[in-house]
Amino acid sequence: MNPYLSRKYIIGGIFSLIILIYIIRLFFLQIVDQSYKLSASNNVLRYVTQYPSRGLIYDRNGKLMVYNEAAYDILVIPRQVEPFDTNQLAKLLDLTKEQIAQRLKAAKNYSYYKPSVFAKQISARNYAPLQEQLYNFKGFFVQTRTLRKYPEKIGAHVLGYIGEVDDELTKKDPYYNSGDYIGISGVEQSYEKVLRGKKGVEIFMVDVHNRIKGRFKEGKFDTIAIHGENVTLTIDATIQAYGEALMKNKRGSIVAIEPSTGEILTLVSSPGFDPDLLVGRNRTENYDKLKNDSLLPLFDRPLMARYPPGSTFKLVNALIGLQEEIIKPWTVFSCYGGYNIGNFHMGCHNHRSPLDLKHSIQHSCNAYYANVFRSILDAPKYGSVENAYGLWRNSVISFGFGQKLGIDLPHEVNGYIPTLSLYNRIHGNRLKSLNIVSLAIGQGELLMTPLQMANMTAIICNKGYYYVPHVIKSTSETYDTVQKPFLIRKYTNIDSVNFEPVIEGMFLGVNGDDGGTGRIARMPGIEICGKTGTAENPHGDDHSIFIAFAPKDNPKIAIAVYVENAGFGATWAAPIASLMIEKYINDSIARPALEKHILERNLIDAQP
Amino acid sequence: MRSPKNSIWNDLDWITIGLYFLLVILGWLNIYSAVFNEEQQHGFHFGTRYGKQLIWIGAAFLIIVIALVVDSKFYSSFAYIIYGLSILLLIAVLIVGTRINGAKSWLVIGSIQFQPAEFTKIATALAMAKYLSHYSLKPEKFKTLLVFFAIIGIPTLFILLQNDTGSALVFFIFILVFYREGMPSVYMLFGLLAVALFVLAMLFENYIIIIILEILALLAFYILYRRQNETLIAALIVGISSVLVWLVITYFMPDASITLLLLLALFFSSLFFVYILFKNKLNGGFIILAVLFSSIFYAYSVDYFFDNVLDGYQQRRIKVLLGIQSDPYGAGYNVNQSMIAIGSGGPIGKGYLLGTQTKFKFVPEQSTDFIFCTVGEEWGFVGSAIVLGLFLALLMRIIIMAERQKSKFSRIYGYCVASILFFHVAINVGMTIGLAPVIGIPLPFFSYGGSSLWGFTFLLFIFVKLDSNRTQLIT
Ligand SMILES: [Zn+2]
Repeated sequence: MNPYLSRKYIIGGIFSLIILIYIIRLFFLQIVDQSYKLSASNNVLRYVTQYPSRGLIYDRNGKLMVYNEAAYDILVIPRQVEPFDTNQLAKLLDLTKEQIAQRLKAAKNYSYYKPSVFAKQISARNYAPLQEQLYNFKGFFVQTRTLRKYPEKIGAHVLGYIGEVDDELTKKDPYYNSGDYIGISGVEQSYEKVLRGKKGVEIFMVDVHNRIKGRFKEGKFDTIAIHGENVTLTIDATIQAYGEALMKNKRGSIVAIEPSTGEILTLVSSPGFDPDLLVGRNRTENYDKLKNDSLLPLFDRPLMARYPPGSTFKLVNALIGLQEEIIKPWTVFSCYGGYNIGNFHMGCHNHRSPLDLKHSIQHSCNAYYANVFRSILDAPKYGSVENAYGLWRNSVISFGFGQKLGIDLPHEVNGYIPTLSLYNRIHGNRLKSLNIVSLAIGQGELLMTPLQMANMTAIICNKGYYYVPHVIKSTSETYDTVQKPFLIRKYTNIDSVNFEPVIEGMFLGVNGDDGGTGRIARMPGIEICGKTGTAENPHGDDHSIFIAFAPKDNPKIAIAVYVENAGFGATWAAPIASLMIEKYINDSIARPALEKHILERNLIDAQP
Repeated sequence: MRSPKNSIWNDLDWITIGLYFLLVILGWLNIYSAVFNEEQQHGFHFGTRYGKQLIWIGAAFLIIVIALVVDSKFYSSFAYIIYGLSILLLIAVLIVGTRINGAKSWLVIGSIQFQPAEFTKIATALAMAKYLSHYSLKPEKFKTLLVFFAIIGIPTLFILLQNDTGSALVFFIFILVFYREGMPSVYMLFGLLAVALFVLAMLFENYIIIIILEILALLAFYILYRRQNETLIAALIVGISSVLVWLVITYFMPDASITLLLLLALFFSSLFFVYILFKNKLNGGFIILAVLFSSIFYAYSVDYFFDNVLDGYQQRRIKVLLGIQSDPYGAGYNVNQSMIAIGSGGPIGKGYLLGTQTKFKFVPEQSTDFIFCTVGEEWGFVGSAIVLGLFLALLMRIIIMAERQKSKFSRIYGYCVASILFFHVAINVGMTIGLAPVIGIPLPFFSYGGSSLWGFTFLLFIFVKLDSNRTQLIT
């Protein structure tokens, strides 16, 4: 009746065979193989995380900006702690008895089994005597860590700092354990994954006395730490240091870009701080001090501060006027000490009249740009002021304004280009070009970051396009993912031919025979083109702005300098920009008197 | 006369039930230990995993009662309908399911999470029992094989689409059931050949496999017909045509691969072979040729399947298992840590709740897929062997019970239950000791999780119910 009855033996046999193989395997794993035999003497495996050394950071010329120095953390596993001489440990670690008890309690609260940091970053010098005595303290052991060191105390904002990872992230990202370090700002944050490398783990067998008895399975299960990649930045350490020196005792920013690549040469935020302050045992204390400083040294001004662009914005209006064929390079407007329509009055300084386009830039004529701006908005071809404004705004945005440029550093802000709906709210849907004519001269609701202004200068150098400004030059391996986004040209709405008269005007502004607003930046031997600006500051003295590039043909550097509460653009920002350009192009300074004047001037304490 | 209620009570197989409860209790003790934490002893807590598992064990009693109260004929009569419903559930999961741990295999209704794949195992076992128990079934017919693969193929496909590879593979173990019911042995041979080829295709380049297959084909020919001369001639022809093709190719197509060369040589020599076979009327030779060519095709499909269908992590896991790739911190990490934990258990273990490796959380998924680590570490070799022995005892008991059924349906269902349990135990325990790929399926009755506990309970107790009516014919 059942012809295949005998097959039950085969199936039963397969079941038994597999289970038997497993039992034999278990026999080998658990009884024959001695290396797993840890239970009899209550031995355990100790997992020692191998921290990779963090990648070094170099400047564009291969000069070392950040390196590592060894430090030692003392860890504790509460479960393994045996009664010990508290006085002796207190002396070795330079702690009080109370601190020892308190930290031991904290470690127990964190975990009984897992190691937690007991004392942090013991220097190599203090470590030597400690190492000899450590065997007296069961449950305590050492882990080598690296501290960041800075050969020159520069670039604190760009480089950023590292600190302990917060608990929230350890839950989200399994790579990090409590006590691990992570980049918190600057390059350390944005290139964390490149710099950090990969942790390894060594597995040791330890006996009841917590002594290491050797590697588990001869290290078969160990993984070696892979050190972090080195990173080369686009920053030029020499002019970074020079910029920081020039900005000493002044509030403001310097951003310099190599226009042909979008590489950032300098990113100065002043007042800054010594990057060493945020390393080592006193980091928290120093951080709090910096955080509470009224001059906001932690505030990364080039990326985060927003100012109206002032007269530098006239360049953008000139370019839009040319592109829209509202004006021609030879179009002239008169100026009678300003722009006057009915009750409306916008002042201007004393200069000859009328002026054509390039001379309007040279002398920064307000009346000229009031006329240009209103001609754009009121041009019949757009149908309405609203349409014209929308078109104007799109062109402005094509310069990268009103949005994050996408620099490879954290905390960049958008800036602001007012929307039509804002004006419709204010002016009840009856927007007139005269209502917003202050935009013509870069005042009103406009807000730009120093980075965006430097980028605008680079756009003028390139006659119409830019590369996203960035600080990464190269890493050893991750070229594609890291650098590709920075190799894409981004075009503005302006044709390259329209840049010629604007550049001419910027050249005259510095080098014009009959003077120009930026003449103080003149440097014999270098064809500097520049434009002054003054950002109105309702809270105090106006901010001094100067944007410039040099040389006029094939520019090597585009720069934006902001000096807060320093009044007219030419007074402080222009000479600083000029010196930076001289230093970068000539590598030396031929104007020691001007340099000394800037270096010694204290604009902060002079404030009321 | 006994009352019917009494009768079922007496006809229940208490050995199976005893083994079931023993395993469930041991499982819960291990989950308790896996979750247990010396630092945070807040007493018993229903929010913890062991607390929840206890609730699920309680609910499993309800499932047992349901499984036993339902009439045996229901399972047989509604087998296909239950199967159809389970497929609909799988489709529903694909549409409205929730993704947990990468697999979109959960239905979430209110606070209840439920994996329909667990139910599908039961439904497919019922459908398989129904189909194979049909009085007019001809196991040797090719059509039977096709229907067999259709029954397991449909749920496999939908579960694969949910990205739950582990559960999808379970159904292939029904080959054992089909084998018991008269599947021709040659299928089994082909099956073994397929598995062997899969491993070979992973380990070696294609041309080596072609050479191995050619040699095997020649051997088969020799063994089948004992014709020394023809075998030698055939070998010679393969050899000579290889050389000839090699000469032609190196002259005209210098970039051609060895594999292409071998395939061409094989093709030409086969033509000659076909001629000999015709002349001598050796029909068996054609089968050998057919097997040879389909094996080569299969080896290529394996490569394609491996490279294009499997995910990167699945590829890595298979490679690590076959020893092609060593990756102690990546794919091999779980297995290494699990072997350390089990190995450190020694002969008698570290004692209940005293495991250190598993406590350190070095073994991931420890209360679910790697629960056997806790057994190995805390109970040692003795404990591990006892647990495996209990599983084997349960499997053997189910086979004995299956063989005493009057009804074919009950017998086949019994074999389905045994096969499913066997597959889970073999894969789950195998992966913790490095003998099976890490495909993440639970250890029956042990692993943490309601769906799997209920699924296995229901699966088993339907059989216990069928067994209680073993003297009846259930159609
Ligand atoms: Zn004027």
